[in-house]
Amino acid sequence: MAKSDVKVLGSWPSPYAMRPRIALNIKSVDYEYVEERVWEGKTELLLQSNPVHKKIPVLIHGDNPICESLNIVQYIDETWSSGPSILPSDPYEGAIARFWAAYLDEKWFPSIKSIAIAQGEDARKAAIAQVEEGLALLEEAFGKCSKGKPFFGGDQIGFLDIAFGSFLGWLRVTEKFNGMKLLSEAKTPALVNWADRFCSDAAVKDVMPDTEKLAEFGKMVIAKIRGAGAEIH
Amino acid sequence: MSEEVVLLDFWPSPFGMRMRIALAEKGIKYESKEEDLRNKSDLLLQMNPIHQKIPVLIHNGKPVCESLIQVQYIDEVWHHKSPLLPSDPYQRAIARFWADFADKKMSDLGRKIWATKGEEQANAKKEFIESLKLLEGELGDKPYFGGENLGYVDVVFVPFYSWFYAYEMCGDFSIDAECPKLMAWAKRCLEKESVSESLPDQEKVYGFVLQMKKAFGIE
Repeated sequence: MAKSDVKVLGSWPSPYAMRPRIALNIKSVDYEYVEERVWEGKTELLLQSNPVHKKIPVLIHGDNPICESLNIVQYIDETWSSGPSILPSDPYEGAIARFWAAYLDEKWFPSIKSIAIAQGEDARKAAIAQVEEGLALLEEAFGKCSKGKPFFGGDQIGFLDIAFGSFLGWLRVTEKFNGMKLLSEAKTPALVNWADRFCSDAAVKDVMPDTEKLAEFGKMVIAKIRGAGAEIH
Repeated sequence: MSEEVVLLDFWPSPFGMRMRIALAEKGIKYESKEEDLRNKSDLLLQMNPIHQKIPVLIHNGKPVCESLIQVQYIDEVWHHKSPLLPSDPYQRAIARFWADFADKKMSDLGRKIWATKGEEQANAKKEFIESLKLLEGELGDKPYFGGENLGYVDVVFVPFYSWFYAYEMCGDFSIDAECPKLMAWAKRCLEKESVSESLPDQEKVYGFVLQMKKAFGIE
């Protein structure tokens, strides 16, 4: 399949935009990556391919646009079905993977964001506690899903690895900004090891943003949210 | 093979209704347990410790939570009867997209319509109608979102129809006037036993909403 037949519209700091790229890498599918600098404005291509939400990522396969990151990952898994499987084949395991992915998107990552915008020390501590509670749940889930293997998906990266791993960049930035470890040997030993394995995986390495670069970008975003005049380089 | 299927449910919940419809479409026998959400059962807290919400599907003792995940689960397990998702990957992606859209918009905006007033309510009503019109566009000339038969989007979306009367009364507007095609679709769905047996009467839902408003001190 020609490279231009598969396009991903993404944005380098976005955890959601990483997901389709990791999935395509797992399937060894060549694709054209189009960087959308969404904080500067939205291109015609983006607005045309995702008129409802106007958000990245979008996968454009031939003439067909597919939106919403986890939806795209499922589409990739079903379309390139001869490659390694991303969703578990067992329906119950699939339901568990989807449950945790939904939890990460709807509850856990928003709690990471609330640390950044918390006003006052009490609010910041409360937000951190929420994130840590979530990580404890995920540590337990890892034990159940991996069954002693290296990833949530077993021997290889799967759906839940992609959903959770894509947030590791911002998790590390949060640790840096708050001078603390959220993933630690003491509290979440399995996840610490999993995170290292995930980030060094061939499908992930080139897609995971550099923590320093992400931290700089993060400062700009936080300043904007707080309404303070931001220095934009 | 004996399958044990239990559904922890609450009669006015649109999320519970999805499961009732899906289980009926698949012809799956199940035990329904009505929860009192002010006094949640030990079983609910055990089966859904993280969210403590209904519906919970318990299949041979194992819990599946979150209604969209539950519908996909039973579609995969009982794949031989009345498939809800299409088999083509692109069509499946479209179905999942619109089901997510309907789910998020209806839940969020519907609640704002009955629970708020003034500008917040006015904005919610406007966005609600806009969302319905987008869904009407997606329906097009098809009898159902799933084509000739009920599909995933129909199952996810139609339960909110039972709340439309309550929204109209609380928001003082007419959904029918704005989206007649969608209302025709909803009525078509209700001609199916799986849907008519699963959706409560609109007046009853309105009564429930009035009770909630009173309980939360909302005028």
